[in-house]
Amino acid sequence: MSGDAALDVRHLTVEFIQRSGPKLRAVDDVSLTLYPGATLALVGESGSGKSTIVRALGRLLKPSGGEVLLGGRPSTLHRSDVREYRRHVQLVFQDPFASLNPAHTVAHHLARPLLLHAQATRRDVAERVEALLRSVNLVPPGDIARKYPHELSGGQRQRVAIARALAPSPQVLLADEPVSMLDVSIRLEILNLLDELKSERDLAMLYVTHDLATARHFSSEIMVMYRGEIVERGPSDEVILSPSHPYTQLLASAAPMPGATRSALAAARRTRQGARAVRDAERREATVETGCKFRRRCPHAMPQCASRPPDVETAPGHSARCWLFDQGAR
Amino acid sequence: MTAVGASTLLEPGSAGALRPTGGGVGHRAIVATRRLLRSSRMVIGLVLLVFFVLVAIVGPHLVGNPNAFVGPSMAGPSARFWLGTTMPGQNIFYQLVDSTSGTLEVGFLAGALATLVSVVIGIGGGFVGGYVDELLALFSNVILIIPGLPLIIVVASYVKSSSLLPTILIIAFTSWAGYARVLRGQTLSIRNRDYVLAARVAGEKTWRIIFVEILPSELAVIVSNFIFMVIFAILTQSTLAFLGIGDLSTLTWGNMLNVANNDEALTSGAWWWFVPPGLCIALVGTALALVNFGLDEILNPRLRVYKAPKVRR
Repeated sequence: MSGDAALDVRHLTVEFIQRSGPKLRAVDDVSLTLYPGATLALVGESGSGKSTIVRALGRLLKPSGGEVLLGGRPSTLHRSDVREYRRHVQLVFQDPFASLNPAHTVAHHLARPLLLHAQATRRDVAERVEALLRSVNLVPPGDIARKYPHELSGGQRQRVAIARALAPSPQVLLADEPVSMLDVSIRLEILNLLDELKSERDLAMLYVTHDLATARHFSSEIMVMYRGEIVERGPSDEVILSPSHPYTQLLASAAPMPGATRSALAAARRTRQGARAVRDAERREATVETGCKFRRRCPHAMPQCASRPPDVETAPGHSARCWLFDQGAR
Repeated sequence: MTAVGASTLLEPGSAGALRPTGGGVGHRAIVATRRLLRSSRMVIGLVLLVFFVLVAIVGPHLVGNPNAFVGPSMAGPSARFWLGTTMPGQNIFYQLVDSTSGTLEVGFLAGALATLVSVVIGIGGGFVGGYVDELLALFSNVILIIPGLPLIIVVASYVKSSSLLPTILIIAFTSWAGYARVLRGQTLSIRNRDYVLAARVAGEKTWRIIFVEILPSELAVIVSNFIFMVIFAILTQSTLAFLGIGDLSTLTWGNMLNVANNDEALTSGAWWWFVPPGLCIALVGTALALVNFGLDEILNPRLRVYKAPKVRR
């Protein structure tokens, strides 16, 4: 199966130097594989390192360790390699209001990557720009191309950002919370568009989100991230419907319940506030510690948790990094 | 007109008008000019400025020798001497016209030089970051805390030269620091914006990111800095000249004021000697400020609006 992987990430680690104190390990030994025509969802709370993974994979950050294989070949940080890499791996940013330059027209945003990666010549670039805009359902393309970003709505901007990412005809698309800044009413449109483009162009997609429902709907596999580590991974239905890791269980239960009563909501709010206090305290520590990082919030915490938990397979293709499932530990 | 007619009329505009990379510089220039003329401040400022520039270029060839002693001493305005004469009997109108080029030269050269230095140090340091940025920021802060005018006075009275060049250099190199700080701050905030990161992901080269992605966002600031620097340079040169420092052999409005003051035009009520140069300084300053406000309306991308192409009938 790994033979036809579009992007293979092995033992990726990203550390940040802090002004005082030890290094902050934002991404800790993460391995993942993206396959053409399939979406892998990366879920986790804010600050868990999701965006850092995307930025490291977008070659915007220098990873401290690990390797990235593009189409089976290792890709280094050499200038020519990065150029080739960017032709195949593209990124959609979270905030469409920030990711488009207010000083340039839509046409500029799309023409530049087309020309840079020799996807168009000066002569046919206008047609290629229109074709790109049409492929993300922005019509009439001629009018849209001449507009400035501030004249577009959030959804339109994100479509432009997606079109820009598609300009070099990449094989891999990294979408960093592509709909979190958009109105709820248009989120589904954008996600459906990404899904269609994925099938049409056989893209390997990494979908970063903290929305479990869309993660389940749009991806075939889900990885759950907690404080820089992948704590659980598996087929999306399995991970959402029968979560193994206590953290995934917590995430799943945190999803809002439309039918809840007032008192249930108040109780849920209290739990959330308690969890937030613990989370803030954890963030302040920010050290590279051994053992399970979730053990302070974990309802099942036990003495073994002070040492590094193993990845245990709970079902075929579904694994959790937790002592609970280790046969010998019980 | 029917609805069908309207929709077919829109077609040519939307299909033919897509110009992603500069295709149609002429068309763009027309659009820019039209936008320029929509701002009345811009129009007034530009008219004044163009007038002074024309006077600076053409004027000296049309008037006689401004230093020749041609008339009676301290005569008021008359048909022969439009703005009267000086104490030694020189034609003040000739002097006023001849001073324009020197004054504008100091303003624009010093302004351009100071802008260049502030752009290189501010944007360069801000974008590169690290030790280079720290050093450049330290350097601009040092320049910033040196009191400007006293330093200019000291240096200008030390350097003896019969041209305006030393004055220009001194004004330029004492006035860039504040604007360099402004630009550095802007660059630091823009450098890590998503659209700059997106340009890197798209594979843009570093210099292109600086010039095409970052610089346009700062263009409004840079141009407005430049214009204010020009005003500042003209005022500083006038101040220095009025104090009798720097090159007094080249005619500028400031030098005229200096001579007028020395020859007691102010106490004797010879208003025709000191009011015109003062008024000219004020008018040039006003013109530049108006152009600045007008440019802000045009360069600020948030004030820019897409106008649907007009439907031709």
